[in-house]
Amino acid sequence: MSSITLKSLQHSYLSNPQSEEDYALRKIDLTWRDGGAFALLGPSGCGKTTLLNLISGLLKPSEGQILFDDRDVTSLLPDQRNIAQVFQFPVVYDTMSVYDNLAFPLRNRKLPEAELDERVQRVAMMLSIQNQLKHRASGLTAADKQKISLGRGLVRSDVNVMMFDEPLTVIDPHLKWELRSQLMRLHQQVGFTMIYVTHDQTEALTFADEVVVMYEGEIVQIGTPEELFSRPRHTFVGHFIGSPGMNVLPCEWYDGGAVFGGYSIPLNKNLPNPASTSNLQLGIRPEFIRLVSEGIPAQIKRVDDVGRYRIIKAEVGGTNLNIYASEEVEIPSGALHLDFDPNHTHVYCDGWIHEVKGQS
Amino acid sequence: MKKMTWLIPTVYILFLMLPIYWLVNMSFKTTNEILGSFTLWPNNFTVENYVTIFTDPTWFMGYVNSLTYVTINTIISLLVALPAAYAFSRYRFLGDKHLFFWLLTNRMAPPAVFALPFFQLYSSIGLFDTHIAVALSHCLFNIPLAVWILEGFMSGVPKELDETAYIDGYSFPQFFFRIFIPAIAAGIGVAAFFCFMFSWVELLLAKTLTAVDAKPIAATMTRTVSTAGYELGLLSAAGTLTIVPGAFVIYFVRNYIAKGFALGRV
Amino acid sequence: MINKTINQKAWFMVLPVLALVAFNAIIPLMTVVNYSVQETFGDNLFFWEGIKWFEDVMRSERFHDALGRQLLFTLLILLIEVPLGVGIALTMPRQGIGVTICLVLMALPLLIPWNVVGAMWNIFALPDIGLLGKMLNGVGFDYNFTQNPFWAWVTVVAMDVWHWTSLVVLLCYAGLRSIPDAYYQASKIDGATSWQVFRYIQLPKMKRVLTIALLLRLMDSFMIYTEPFVLTGGGPGNSTTFLSIDLVKVALGQFDLGPAAAMSIIYFLVVLLLCWVLYTLMMRNETN
Repeated sequence: MSSITLKSLQHSYLSNPQSEEDYALRKIDLTWRDGGAFALLGPSGCGKTTLLNLISGLLKPSEGQILFDDRDVTSLLPDQRNIAQVFQFPVVYDTMSVYDNLAFPLRNRKLPEAELDERVQRVAMMLSIQNQLKHRASGLTAADKQKISLGRGLVRSDVNVMMFDEPLTVIDPHLKWELRSQLMRLHQQVGFTMIYVTHDQTEALTFADEVVVMYEGEIVQIGTPEELFSRPRHTFVGHFIGSPGMNVLPCEWYDGGAVFGGYSIPLNKNLPNPASTSNLQLGIRPEFIRLVSEGIPAQIKRVDDVGRYRIIKAEVGGTNLNIYASEEVEIPSGALHLDFDPNHTHVYCDGWIHEVKGQS
Repeated sequence: MKKMTWLIPTVYILFLMLPIYWLVNMSFKTTNEILGSFTLWPNNFTVENYVTIFTDPTWFMGYVNSLTYVTINTIISLLVALPAAYAFSRYRFLGDKHLFFWLLTNRMAPPAVFALPFFQLYSSIGLFDTHIAVALSHCLFNIPLAVWILEGFMSGVPKELDETAYIDGYSFPQFFFRIFIPAIAAGIGVAAFFCFMFSWVELLLAKTLTAVDAKPIAATMTRTVSTAGYELGLLSAAGTLTIVPGAFVIYFVRNYIAKGFALGRV
Repeated sequence: MINKTINQKAWFMVLPVLALVAFNAIIPLMTVVNYSVQETFGDNLFFWEGIKWFEDVMRSERFHDALGRQLLFTLLILLIEVPLGVGIALTMPRQGIGVTICLVLMALPLLIPWNVVGAMWNIFALPDIGLLGKMLNGVGFDYNFTQNPFWAWVTVVAMDVWHWTSLVVLLCYAGLRSIPDAYYQASKIDGATSWQVFRYIQLPKMKRVLTIALLLRLMDSFMIYTEPFVLTGGGPGNSTTFLSIDLVKVALGQFDLGPAAAMSIIYFLVVLLLCWVLYTLMMRNETN
């Protein structure tokens, strides 16, 4: 198992990239430690699959380096990098049995049959497919086929990193849960470094120790699920994570403080004046807006009952926002008064969080 | 060693081009020169064969007619074959396997057998000498072909893709046109080209069912058998020209055929 | 492989196809069957003959000879065209201008009307004024396809290979291009050799497309008429008189609609049987 370091990594699918937009992946510098579980989260087209393929060696980067521990693997082929990858839909060798599928990578590496057999049996048990070893791989369900794909990575002893490219996409919803748990257990058991690409925030937040959020080829934030939730560094992160996401409200800067809808919004820190005041936004999650008797007035548009809690869709001076109300809270009819929790109110300038230098 | 693999298609293409080169060569010669001597390049380069074709209405109308009914047939065949192939690929229903095989059996009889009965059939419904008659009659062998080809490609698309699309909120038409069709693009390209091709070269039925109005180019070309034997120069020019529309068709669908299947995000 | 759901309403999706094909098939079929069991004496006089024509045909040596030639021809065609087609499809470029050039040029032979193909090769192969004839004789072969049955066969087979291999190539190429990249990527990670990629990924994934190609070539080569007829007329003698050519000779030459119709039906049944056997063999592993 190894740590992964990306140094000044950039990639463009064009042979002669001229400007920023030509790059599918913009400059990245980061290190993932050995044995951790990391998620690459972002919408379609944000570059996460590109990044994954660069790490696995299926793609050669335009610029930059990739290091496993301290070894430069940038020019190495996939099967020299000791990685395993599970793809979006099951990739199995249809004409072979399950057993032969699992044994395939080992046979190619010329492992003696006895050891090979022991490994295959062990991995099959880990994945609960030991009863199907003799079956033809083509007749299995999608979930079992993905297990085979996973298994081909687990049988090898030389795997440093296991990469998952949205592997649960074609799995039945009720099986997704089971597979997810199995995957997490496996990770704890075997301890491989895991990189999991997904556009589903629930998956990312469940699996990962650390999440890398990507947007339009750029890494927007890296942090623990908790950090991403309470302190989004970019409006996209705030908006993407959480259900519903963070409210992003237009605001102005006046007299050293933030103003929204004509009301001065208390922030719990002394922020310097932002560099430009033209594109300012206020970010606050629905969970951190309280209903009070006196505060910013708002009109209720609709209340959605989601069972354990409710989402109030309200409007302040033409801007819509969502408010989270738990079961016990009583919702007045008609007009509301809102209070924004200063600890969780953030100011964003051009999308990026505006903060005191040195804070992070 | 891997790099030498381009040699194979190259040699094959050279092999294919040899007779075609000879055909084009002949098209620029007079029939006398063709029969009289062996030259790699026309001694008396002449375009009179082509001039004849372009100026004689029976000739170029022949092309127009052929193009018309072939296009009609290709469109009809593809349109009805798509839902049918989807049904065969995704569903089980009473008699499905037998129906599927029966379709192909319609290609197993020599067309000569059908000529007279078709003539009687289409005359009796008043469609003799129309483009639609030829187009419909060609459905006999083109629709089964299209269904078989499309079904083959559709079966390569995992059914899970359909289900995932529904879960993600796609309606059936949205799924079919935005996700499924791009996934089987290669199959559609090939099916379209083959329908065009088989209908384009079919002589017997096209001749039998037409007289003047919808007379195809193939029929006109058999006129080149005159008392002096084949008017080879003219035939060669006509032959060369018949290649052109089809070349456009395959050029047009080349991206569909060569398109890789990158299972996109659903 | 695909878990099909039972749905009788799927018949609606198939109905247009059924209608169009059946319309063209049933009525002429009935006509042929009608003729095959009757005797004609010109003037539209028909007499019931039962299965006499069928017996006659099945017993005739002429029929056996033609059938034998046909079987040999079809076998040769399949043995040459299918592996050749697959091989070419595997080595064709995947992207760039090469794709366009290959696809367009390879499609050209398919687009030539079959009588022109026959006429072309006729001239092409003539020893004195044809390129092929001249070349072969120049290299030392005593090549003459109009007089020598062996050369006639070689020429007919070469003509068919030239004409139809591209069909196999196009089908297989399209099938190959439909294989998702992920399979190649996974095999790279697993350390597979090119041969393993071919055997475990490409060939299985091409199975359906190959089946179609095989069936098409089986059928079409079995029914071949125009090209060899224009090229050799069935000769020299009757060395290249394949089944179709023989059938037409019987029907036109002797104006015997009865035997001709019976022969057509037997012909059809032979093709049907061969195709059914091939289809079953190819599809025996599909779990439906």
